[in-house]
Formats: sequence, structure tokens, C-alpha cells
Amino acid sequence: MKNFWVILKRELAAYFNSPIAYVFIIIFLMLSAGFTFFVSGFYDTNQADLRAFFSWHPWLYLFLIPSASMRLWAEERRSGTVELLLTLPVTLADVVLGKFVASWLFVGLALFLTFPMVFTVAYLGAPDGGVILAGYLGSFLMAGAYLAIGCAASALTRNQVVAFILAVVVSLLFVLVGFGVFTGILASFLPSGLLDLVAQLGFITHFDSIQRGVLDSRDLLYFLSVMGWMLAANVVILEARRGE
Amino acid sequence: MIEVRKLVKDFGPIRAVDGICFKVGKGEILGFLGPNGAGKSTTMKILTCFLPPTSGTAIVGEVDVRKDSLAVRRKVGYLPEGTPLYSDMDVLGFLRFVAEVRGFRGEEAAAAVDRVMASCRLERVRHQSIDTLSKGFRQRVGFAQAILHDPPVLILDEPTDGLDPNQKHEVRDLIKSMGKEKCIILSTHILEEVEAVCTRAIIIDRGRIVADETPEGLRRRSRQHGALQLLVEADGAAMENELAELDGVEKVTCEALDDSKLCRVRIYSSADSIPLQPVLDRLAGKKCPVREVTLLKGSLDEVFRSITRKEGAAA
Repeated sequence: MKNFWVILKRELAAYFNSPIAYVFIIIFLMLSAGFTFFVSGFYDTNQADLRAFFSWHPWLYLFLIPSASMRLWAEERRSGTVELLLTLPVTLADVVLGKFVASWLFVGLALFLTFPMVFTVAYLGAPDGGVILAGYLGSFLMAGAYLAIGCAASALTRNQVVAFILAVVVSLLFVLVGFGVFTGILASFLPSGLLDLVAQLGFITHFDSIQRGVLDSRDLLYFLSVMGWMLAANVVILEARRGE
Repeated sequence: MIEVRKLVKDFGPIRAVDGICFKVGKGEILGFLGPNGAGKSTTMKILTCFLPPTSGTAIVGEVDVRKDSLAVRRKVGYLPEGTPLYSDMDVLGFLRFVAEVRGFRGEEAAAAVDRVMASCRLERVRHQSIDTLSKGFRQRVGFAQAILHDPPVLILDEPTDGLDPNQKHEVRDLIKSMGKEKCIILSTHILEEVEAVCTRAIIIDRGRIVADETPEGLRRRSRQHGALQLLVEADGAAMENELAELDGVEKVTCEALDDSKLCRVRIYSSADSIPLQPVLDRLAGKKCPVREVTLLKGSLDEVFRSITRKEGAAA
């Protein structure tokens, strides 16, 4: 467990040793503000809340988070450092978790830097602080789920571009399941009981319910279990593809 | 200290390592030789617990690689082939990271890092980013990383690959200086390296051990070993018959050298020692001046080629 912290520290430093961190943060901030003000018409809604802001997150994460996670394992494989790393006395769990949590903290920092949004609504009206906090929590949890998918995808290949595309495709499935249009198509041939079940598997269903300010343990559990399964897959993939 | 027992490793249908057995003790520096793809690196990857064996096992410092890989990894220092390093870090940061993963903390970690920086002469590039280092420095960083925790077992995959002759010499000195205290396995393509550094050599071909001897013993396998080479001013063909008659001479070869009247004569003997005096007497009788006399030691290159090619032909 001590090594978890050592790995975490190194990975976090690795983000900031490269331009990725700054590019990621700047683009994330620009896009999230841009979509909120110009596409969603934040001022026109005349509401002092951040729904317009958060509703873009699943889509921003879809493309941005795979770019933050694609490097994690693919680069280790490509440069051969994976051999160095895994012949040090570390457990796979320490390494996988260390890398994942580092990337999660990094994305968390980017999310934290959107705080001027909060000041903006607070200045314009009297928002419900609890709902905003819940929105941030939901967004952070959802980011973790995207990242876990990205980590597992990165472990599958030595090519960062392939890792990126894989992560986008798998994440897209999780987004589309439970997304309005897609659910409509499914509704035409699935019985309603099954439809609900399928919708429960998607990110947006759970993210929306947290974002509304309803902290249901099922929603939290959902995101945590997506992370858990994806990280377990990450370990299995690494174990199976060591020599390649 | 290292005991390899019937080690087998398959990659799909390909058998990379095919039932290798050997032991290495403290104070030994074992050279691993073999053509590319012979299974050297794979064996090393199994010893360092990067890859699990398909069957058989290896005991490293009394611990079985199949049973307690963490304990093995604590005892082993490893320099992987091609010296992979985190190129986004600086030298100090990287060594610091390795020290912490190896369980050193605070002052202790700083002391360990300083120690290897001194012994690998890295102080000059302390704060330099690894991706800007020259190949020689990279190699030294890789080496420093491997010996940082003063491991009883050191496994080095092509430690001098890509270095210039001075750097090679330095790395070899470093290895030799640690050889007495540790058990070292290194792989190489360079046969002179085996002679310069190793106390023992194992040649692997197609996943099997085809020779396991001291460098001197290997050399003795050479056909040239113990042969007498003379440079004589004479006509080759006549000389050949003349000398072949002598007692104890098994075979004589003559080769005219292009640029002079000289002729290179090699005399192979069946007996333990070459009948040098009779040969010289006979040549003197023929009024053939002898310019040079050499007792051939045999070359490892030749032994290496003959052993690995023979195996290839048999398969």
C-alpha cells in the first residue's frame, strides 16, 4: 500500500511534466464555459443553477478523458518501462490504483478549476448550494468511471491513438445507453421492464439523478462499480498481455 | 543463489525456452550468450518475475519465482534490454522514485540515491531530464537503478549495448567490482566481453543450453586452440607435405599471403603439445626463414559459431 502513494506521486508529476496537463485543463475549461454560455444559453434560461453547465459533462468527458488516460499504460508498453515497473517490488493492484487515482485527481483538479462558474451563479442569483455540490460530486464520480474505462483501454495496446479510440467507443456505449434518442429506438422493440434495466446501465441516467441533488446510494454505487470492474479488467489485461 | 530448474516458456506455439537448468552462486559472473531469439532475454524476464514460466521454475536467493514474486523482486536488481527509463523525469527524480518503491524513505532514500550517483558517476547530470541524456549516461542511470538497493542478485540484459569502447570499459569495471559480493547474470553478443568480465559462460541456442563452461574452457573447444601458427618465407604446397610427416603433427594448412612471399602455416597437433623444435629444425633445414611464431588460443567467436550453427543444422 505504501507503493500506491509512490506510484500516485510519480504519475501525477508525469502529467505536469508534459504539456498534456495544461492543454487538457485549458481545453476543458474553455469548452465547458463555451458550451454553457453560448450553446446552452446560460443567461437566457434565467435560472440560478448549473444544470446547463453539468449537462455537457458527459459529452465533454467522452472525448477529453480518453486523452488524459490514453498515455497511462500504452506509453509504458511502447517505451518498455512497463518491464522496469513490474520488476520492481510493487503489486499490480498498487500500480493500477496508483495510476488511476493520479489521473482521477488530475481530472478532479480540472473540474475544480471551473469554480468561477459557481461564483457566477452565486452573483446572479441565489442558487442551491447543495445541488451544485451534488452536481460536482456526480461529475467527479462520472469522470472516474470514464477514466477507469480509459485505463483498461490503455492497457490493451502500445499505441496511444488506439487506446484513445477504444476508450471513446466503449465510453460512448455507456453514454448512449440511457440517452433519450437511443432509448427511443430501443423502446420500439424492447419490453419496458428490460428497457428500464438497460437505461440503468448508462452514465446519463445516474448522472442526471445525482445532478438533481438526489444523492441515491444506487447512483454512487453504480459509478463506483463501473470503476471497480474496469480496474479489475485493467489488472487482468495487464496480467494476460505482459510479454507482448 | 540462482537455481533454474527445467525452465520452459512458450509464446503460443513457439517454445522460447526449452527445459533450461543451471545454477549460479555468489561471486560468479555468468555470461549469457546466444544468437538473437535464443531465449536469453526470456530467461532473464522469468528470473526477474516479469514473465511467468510455462513450466519448471527458478529459485532466486532461496525464493521460488512462482511462489513469492515480490520477495524475488526485492532481492534482484534488473537492467532490462534497451534500458527503458521514464524519459519525462530527471535523473534525481527517477532514482528517487526507484528508491521509494524499493522501500527507502526520506534521508535513507537520499543517501541511497547519492551513493549510486557517486558509484555510477551521475552527479554531473543530476538534474538533467532523462530524454536529453546521451546513451552512455542513460545506460549508467539504468545501472544505478539496478544496484540502488544493493541487491544480492543482479541481472543485466545487454548492459554494454550501444556504448562506445570507453563506456564499455567503464561498465565492465563496474560489473567486475561488484562481482565478488553478488551473483550476476549478464547477457551479451560481444564475446570479448565474456572473457573480460565473466567467470563462466552459458551458450543458449533455440531455448536450450548448448555449452556451460568457463570462457577459457570454451576457448579450448576451438579447433584453433593450441595450434601453432608460423609465418614462413616459402612455397606453401611443398611445405605442407614436408611438415605433415613430422611426429605428432596431425594436420597442416598453408596459405599464401597476398602481398609478399610469406606463407601462413598452421599446424594442428594430436598430442598435448606441438612439436615446436622439430618443426623449426625442419624449416631451418629447408632454408626457410621463420618470421613469426604464434601459439593460437582459439577464438570464442569461432566456438560460438560452430556450436550454434551445429545445433541449427541438426534441427
